Parts: sequence; C-alpha cells; structure tokens
Amino acid sequence: MEHIRLPKVESVRLLDRVSPRRSRVGTLYLTATHTIFVENEAGVRSETWVLHSLVCSMEKQAASASGCPLIIHCKNFQVLHFVIPRERECHDVHLSLQRLSQPETYEELYCFSFNPNVDDEERRQEWDFLDLKADYRRMGLPNSLWKLSTVNQHYKVSDTYPADLFVPESATPPVIVGSSKFRSRGRFPTLSYYSKENHAAICRSSQPLSGFSARCLEDEQMLEAILRSNPRSDFMYVVDTRPKLNAIANRAAGKGYENEDNYSNIKFQFIGIENIHVMRNSQQKMLEVCELRSPSMSDFLEGLESSGWLKHIKAVLDAGIFIAKAVAEEGVSVLVHCSDGWDRTAQVCSVASVLLDPYYRTLRGLMVLIEKDWVSFGHKFSHRCNHQVGDPKEVSPIIDQFLECVWQLMEQYPCAFEFNERFLITIHSHIYSCQYGNFIGNNQRERIELGLRERSHSLWSYLWTNQADYMNPLYRPDHSQAQGLLRPSTAPYCFKFWRGLYNRFDRGMHPRQSVEDYLSAIQEETQQLEEQLASHKQVGQNLSCLSFKLRFSKVENGKGLPG
Amino acid sequence: MEFAELIKTPRVDGVVLHRPFMPTVEGTLCLTGHHLILSSRQDNTEELWLLHSNIDSIEKRFVGSLGSIIVKCKDLRVIQLDIPGMEECLNIASSIEALSTLDSVSLMYPFFYRPMFEVIEDGWNSFLPKDAFKDLESMTDEWRLSEVNKDFSVCPSYPPLVAVPKDVDDDTLRKAATFRHSGRFPVLSYYHKKNGMVMMRAGQPLTGTNGRRCKEDEKLINATLRPGKRGYIIDTRTINVAQQAKARGGGFESEANYPQWRRIHKAIERSNVLQESLIKLVEACNDQSHSMDRWLSKLEASSWQTHVKEILTTACLAAQCIDREGASVLVHGTEGTDSTLQVTSLAQIILDPACRTIRGFQGLVEREWLQAGHPFRQRCAQSAYSNSKPRQEAPVFLLFLDCVWQILRQFPCSFEFSESFLVLLFEHAYASQFGTFLGNRTAERAKLSLPEKTVSLWSWVNRPQELERLSNPLFEANSLVIWPSVAPQSLLLWEGVFLRWNRSSRCLDEAYEEMVHIIEYNKELQNKVNSLRRQLAQLETEDPLLQTP
Repeated sequence: MEHIRLPKVESVRLLDRVSPRRSRVGTLYLTATHTIFVENEAGVRSETWVLHSLVCSMEKQAASASGCPLIIHCKNFQVLHFVIPRERECHDVHLSLQRLSQPETYEELYCFSFNPNVDDEERRQEWDFLDLKADYRRMGLPNSLWKLSTVNQHYKVSDTYPADLFVPESATPPVIVGSSKFRSRGRFPTLSYYSKENHAAICRSSQPLSGFSARCLEDEQMLEAILRSNPRSDFMYVVDTRPKLNAIANRAAGKGYENEDNYSNIKFQFIGIENIHVMRNSQQKMLEVCELRSPSMSDFLEGLESSGWLKHIKAVLDAGIFIAKAVAEEGVSVLVHCSDGWDRTAQVCSVASVLLDPYYRTLRGLMVLIEKDWVSFGHKFSHRCNHQVGDPKEVSPIIDQFLECVWQLMEQYPCAFEFNERFLITIHSHIYSCQYGNFIGNNQRERIELGLRERSHSLWSYLWTNQADYMNPLYRPDHSQAQGLLRPSTAPYCFKFWRGLYNRFDRGMHPRQSVEDYLSAIQEETQQLEEQLASHKQVGQNLSCLSFKLRFSKVENGKGLPG
Repeated sequence: MEFAELIKTPRVDGVVLHRPFMPTVEGTLCLTGHHLILSSRQDNTEELWLLHSNIDSIEKRFVGSLGSIIVKCKDLRVIQLDIPGMEECLNIASSIEALSTLDSVSLMYPFFYRPMFEVIEDGWNSFLPKDAFKDLESMTDEWRLSEVNKDFSVCPSYPPLVAVPKDVDDDTLRKAATFRHSGRFPVLSYYHKKNGMVMMRAGQPLTGTNGRRCKEDEKLINATLRPGKRGYIIDTRTINVAQQAKARGGGFESEANYPQWRRIHKAIERSNVLQESLIKLVEACNDQSHSMDRWLSKLEASSWQTHVKEILTTACLAAQCIDREGASVLVHGTEGTDSTLQVTSLAQIILDPACRTIRGFQGLVEREWLQAGHPFRQRCAQSAYSNSKPRQEAPVFLLFLDCVWQILRQFPCSFEFSESFLVLLFEHAYASQFGTFLGNRTAERAKLSLPEKTVSLWSWVNRPQELERLSNPLFEANSLVIWPSVAPQSLLLWEGVFLRWNRSSRCLDEAYEEMVHIIEYNKELQNKVNSLRRQLAQLETEDPLLQTP
C-alpha cells in the first residue's frame, strides 16, 4: 500500500485505440493489486480492471491541453491509453504503477494475496490435481528399460532439474553424476517422452562442456545407455536446436556440442532456432505492428515479415516435426539440447510431444505437458516473464511461441484438439498474471522453498473446473485426423498471424459471430434434448403401459371373472 | 468450322496424369471439341474431364521420348500429363492450345451443352429487371422503369430497362447519357428501405479540360435528393487519377456545378494493375521454397490483400453514407463497369440482408454485374497463368467474391450460402458449360440468343440438391446491417481459392463435415422430441382413462 501515491484520479479519459474519438471518461483507482477504471456515464458504469502484475511497460507522453497521456502496455497484449487531467497526477500514477508492477521480492506477488476462499484440504487437492508420475505411468514407466532415479532428490546434481527423473536402466549414479559435470548447469541427459509402442524416447539435456576437444567418459556412457534403452535401434539422434554458429561460438567458452567421433552411433544435427534475445526483439517488433493505429496492408505485411516472428514459429515447429518423425516413423531416440536446455529444448520437446501423442492434445494432457516439459524441467518462468524486477535481457516470449505452435496446429487440425483457442489464451494470461503459483519461480527447488503449494493456488484445477469454457466443439478423438502422429504442413502460407492473442483486446478486429460458440451452444442444447428424449420415452412407455393395464383391467372387469 | 480440324491426335493410350494430393492415374487421353478427358477405363477411378476453355496456358517438357504437358487452368489448378511419344505429345499440345483459345463465342461449350438434369426453373427468367422493379415499387413510388435504352442505343452496356427518378423524363436521360462515359448515365443501384436513401452508379462525367457541364445530368442526380439534403459522390479513383482523366475527356463532378454533393475520392486500382496483382499472388502461392520471408514479401508485393482492403473500405464508406449519415450516394470510377460495381454490390451485401441469401446473391450478381454491363468475356478471358500479353483481362469479379468471402468469414452465421457458392461462381465466370457469364453486356447476350441457345447457371443452382450443397449450415437470418472490419489483421488470404490446389484440405473438410453433423444431429433430436411430445399429448387426450388417473 505504501507504493500507492495516489489512490484515485477523477476525470480520466480512456481512449479507444482504433477510433480515438470514441473515448470514455471516468475515475481511475489504484489498489494494491489492480488498476481500475470506472466509467462515469450514467447507467453504464463499465469497469476495466488491470492486474498490476500484467503491466509490462508504460509510456508517459508530453502533456497537452487535454491532459497528460499515459499508455500502459500489458503482458497479455492489452494496451490502455489514458489521458490524466493534470501532469502531477499522471506523474504519481506512473510512479506508483511502476513500483506496483515490478515487485522487488517474491512475497509481493499477487499469488500470495489471491484468495479464492478455499480451505487447506481443497488447496491440497488443487495441487494434487496433476501428478507427473501418473503421466510417466501412462507412458508405461518405469519399465525394464527406464527407471526413476533418486539421484537429484535434494537438487544436488542439478539445482534446476526436478527431483524425480527417468534415466536409462543401465545408467548408474556415477555415470549420471559424471555426465552432469560435463553438462551446463548439471543438466544431464534425461527422459522427456517415451513411446510405449516402439521404445523410442525423447531425452533432453543442456550443452556438453566439450570446448574444442574435451570429452567425458560418463557422458559418452550416458548416451550409450540411452541408445541401449531403445533395443530395436542401432543409432540415435543428437539434436542441437541452436544455429551452428552459436554452438561453435560456445566452444570458445568451454561449452559446445557433441563430437560424433567421441560418441558411438550418434547422428548429430543442428536445427537453427534463434536465442532468447532474437525472440524478444522479434515479438517486440511484431507487437509494434499490431499496435499501429490504422496500418495499410503493406505496413502490416512488411512489419510482420521484418519482425521475423512467423519464421521463428516455423523453425520451432519444423524442429518438433523432425523429432516427432524420428520417434514415430524411424523408431529412433533423440537427445535434444540447446545451451542450458530450458528454452529451445523445452519448446521443441513439447511441440514434438503434441505431434506424437493425442493425449497431449486433450485439456488435461496439455496441462500435464506444460507442467512436465516447462515447469518441472526448469523453464525460468519468473525471469522470462519478468514476474519481478530483474534483468530485462532475461525476458523472452519462449512459452508464447510454444502456445502459438499449438494454435497453428489447431488451425490445421480443427478436430484433433480437445481444447479451444480460449484455453491457450487463458493459460498465456495466467503465466504472466502471477495469480496462481504454478509459474512462480524458475525451477522446482525455488518453488518448494517459496512454499507455493501451501501459500498459493493452482491454475490447473481452476481450468479443469471451468472446462466447459475451453472445449472445442469439433473435437473428435475417434477421428482419423486426431489419431497418432500429426504431420502438419510447414509451407510458409500455413502459418497465420495469431490475431486472437496479439490483438486480443481489439474486439473490432475479430469475427462478429463465433462459429465455435455457436456450435458449443448447439451441443449444449443437444445434450438437453437427449435428456428430454430419454425422459419422454420413459413417460411414453409408462403411459402406454398404464393405458394397456387400465384397458386390460376394464375388459376383465366388464366381462367379469368367472366363478 | 469443324473441331476435328483442330484435333490432330484424338486419342493416346498410356498417358499418366499427375494431380496435387491425388494418386496418379494412367489411362487413355481423349480430346473432344470441348473437353480433355483422361480415363483409366477402370471402375472406381475418377476420370478427368477438363473444359478446354478452363485451360489458361500449357507448357511442354521432354525427357527422351517421354513428353509432359503441364496444364495450367483458370481455376488455378495445375496438372501434368505424361505422354509417351514425342509426336503425340506435340500434337496433343498444339490441339489443346488451339481449342483453348478459340475466338468465336458461338463455338463455346455452352452452345453445345445439353443439360442432364431437369430444369425446374429457367434461370434466364429468374432475375428480370421488371421483377426487381416490382419489389422497389412496393417500397416507394419515387422511381420509374425507363425504356429509353430499349434498343441499347443510349447506353450499349446497360440493359433495356433501368430504374430512374420518376420526375426525370427520357429526353433528360438521353442528354445526361451524352455527358457520361459510354453513355452510362446515373441509374438506381440500391434503395435502402430503412431510410429511403439510394445508391446510384454511373460512368465518369465527361467534363474534359474545359469543365463542360450538363444541366440534365445535374437535374437527374439532384432529383434523388430530399429537399435540403446533401448527397455523396464516391469516385473510386484518387483525385490525381481523376484529374488526369480530364485530359482524355473524362473528369469528375465539380463543387460549383454540383453544390449539393460532397465528393470523396478513394483508390481502387484499375484493371490491368489488378491482373498483375493476381499473377503475382498466384506465383507466390505456388512458390516451392520454404522461406517465410520470401512468402510474406511476395504476398505483400502482389498487393492483392491491399486491393481487397481498399475495395471493402470503399464499400463500407458507401454503406455508411447511406445507413449512418442518411444520405444518398452516387458511385463511379471511369467506365463504371468495374470498381464501381465492386463498391455498389458489396455495399448491398453490407446493408441488405436479402443479398445474403442464395437467391438474393444470384439476383445481386445478375443486377450489379451481368445486367450492369461488367464485361465478363473480356475480363475473364485469361487467368493467372496466361503467357499472352494481357488485353482487357482483370480479376475484378474475383476480387468482389474475395471481399464477400471476407465478410462471410467475419459474419459466418449471416449468409445463407457457404464459401463453396463463391468458389463455384469464380469457376463459372472463367469457364463454364452454362451461358450465364458469356458475353460482355446484355445487348451482346441478346444478340447471341443466349437464353434460347444455352442453359443458365441459375437453372442448375436452383435445384434442391444443389441448393443444399451450397447452403451454409450455420445460417440464421440476420436483418441487421453488418459492418466488416477492414483492419489488415482481419483480412485473410482466401485459401479456398488461392491455396486450394497447394495443400491438402482433408482436415478442414472433415471439420466442416463435423460441424454439419453437429447441427444435423441437433435438428434430428429436436424433431424426435417434438414428435414424441405430440404423441404423448395425443395419448393423454385420446385415452380418457388416462385423464383420471
């Protein structure tokens, strides 16, 4: 509360971005958690709420006769253009929001004050809703080829890895520990996805510390063990998701990539996905295009092209397809890494999983996948999403790109996904909102230290409770396009600009009638009709039965019983 | 002329057909006067029947004695025929070339085509101007149907009957016609029932460099204004282009002579620019490289989406003037047969729910395109693959259909027809067994006796099975004006036409079927529940015993 210099400003104008003449006048309130704009117009009283944690940046423009403009850019791509009557007030609002939107400690995050009124038992159930071990069991693990390792129980081998990890049956703790010493941040090769059908696996790690010539026997044994865990295959792929030049540059710093000569039976492959800095700048450029006031078609298309965004999305999807095909079609295991193995690696492994396994295309499956490949494997959510004041160079929309890849796939396979676009957008929003504890911190160890399970709530059970909002009416699990491996086209024209996310708040740009909502409503009605039909049939049966009995007894009575 | 003279080799065996996303077919290739046919002579294999008039261009390739002909069609499909024997291949190629570039209209397939279906309603009589006028008469008595053009002498590209203000006599019309490009004097295009405002269209005024004026023309258009009201003139050209037109005898309405009118200039491109745009767009879509930058820059460089945006923006402007400002509008460009019609027809889609039905849309195409004198034969003579130097070709009608598709995408429940109707119209405008899109204007169609000698596309469309195929399962009548968004983010590439042959549409087709299934199943259940309800009610009333339980 001490950060709020001014709790309330009157006569503030909220401009409509597309047609600035259509502005609204109202009162601006600053609370501990939200900025609230309440429209004054009699009878309307529409309210706009913006969570402080969603504020990405602010621009205070030069004051004019009409007031002092303050533009707020949000992490969910909402842009609010306020005009505050007096410079002084604008200054105070600006400073307050700057502080409020950039917590200095975890304790200030919204998830610790968000209280949906549930007791401790319910909270425990919320957090138990997703169980990663159950997902490994679903894959058929542990089995004779893969085992659960306790080597990282206290995060001693790798402090950014989860405690529970699956490793090849033949990988002994000394091999694991030895391998981890040869990998950035101790992130040794471990299992991400296992195909029950053909034993091929997707493994992930960070880059090896190979420099120009270093090698590590245990690391070589570790890869050998992974290869052996796929008995039908005589080689495996090692995929470095970085552009070759970046990987070579890393060698000078004692890092780098695997030398095919030192590892037996690996096929090494570079896949040029750019680094977090390129992705951050790319999204920034694309957002600038989205925010142009009335762009021409050329402005838009040129801007979209020069942002490079769709090119990067295509690169991630291409990489996912390469891995998914290796697993499903060749039956070959793949080890994926980038530098630290928590950005590109997370993207590529999870995209491959979505392509491979219909389970990850269900509501629960996608949650499990994000929980596994992103949350548990230490994607640095707090750094990448700028949850609190920190190094701006650490911020990058890596998870956005994953969600967008899923969306692009949904556009190509409208019947293959159980969830709808709204589901992806809601997840996106809450990754940034800090309302739930799921994405706070940078890895499992940090989350346990913060006591998030005890002190905050889980998004997943909230989404599950409201699943009706997130269902795709066209989903048909028995449909051929929903089965097995997806083989999407990656011709450039198959990639579309995701208006639903990046221009989400520009309502005027979206279709005025939603086919999906229409179909959902029909399905709901159909369900009611089915119930009515069943009950009518029942009544009908009862009635005709009754009528028959009555008639029968009447006849009998009329005739009179003999005797 | 006998077609046989042009067919050097009527039949070749062992020809292999390659089509995108379909298995190759080996069979016999036959050339007839109007078709290229490939048949495997086996059951269960689809035969290829291709109208020669659908062929835009061909390419020949030889590897040893195996020749290949790559056939590029006006509907943008590209197929390949592998023909054994160099001589056969050359013969087939030159025959196709000759047959697909016949100059004489009367040799076109529609004159030879005999319908294999029962004509329920003759489409040639479905949308007569006098019937359309009856609807107008029921709303207003301020207009009359003039026969001034009954012998096409006043305006060769107008139909014999046109709607004009009641108080303007035929002499005035004749004089006004001399002041407008190609005699296209202002006529009624649309009457907005809600507020009685109108949209008119015309050719450009022939003011020339010395500012000629024409009292009759002024009188004619002023007659459409209510006392004290102002109207809008929407000139589809930029002010610069309109200025330049003066040097060639054209021009625009000056403020001094038309004080009751406010003129707005927009920037819809002329036809040759549009043709180039189509060629570039299709080239971009067929580009095999997998580079995202290349695709986006080629898409941008084609300017196709820019044209879509500009046309829609202008149509929205016209609709806004009428519906929001409560003003009447006159639309023209240069000739008044291209951009003008795009604007007036799209404005009607926006304003008038009737135009969003299957039948209403046919009526719109008849009124605003065919009868209004859009030169289909010239514009649709060649499509995106043509090698010959473009003459009058331009995808003006295709752009209109694309704009309708954009609105349909934004209001998916407000149209009675589905995308497939728009695709069908695109196909038939370029190559067809029906006579509807032959010729450039009503006068030409009358001279060719099309109604007597050919079948109308509408005769085929307006049959129950076809109507069902073309109808939109999501349709729920929407009586409102529908305002599309013209933001670049809202305008999409029309995949159903431009990527139709480049990507498999299986998953999207399945999704469509699933959508139909959901809706049909719901209807089926509704019927069942209703009939059960009736049965129950009947049981209860019929059986007196049940009434006293």
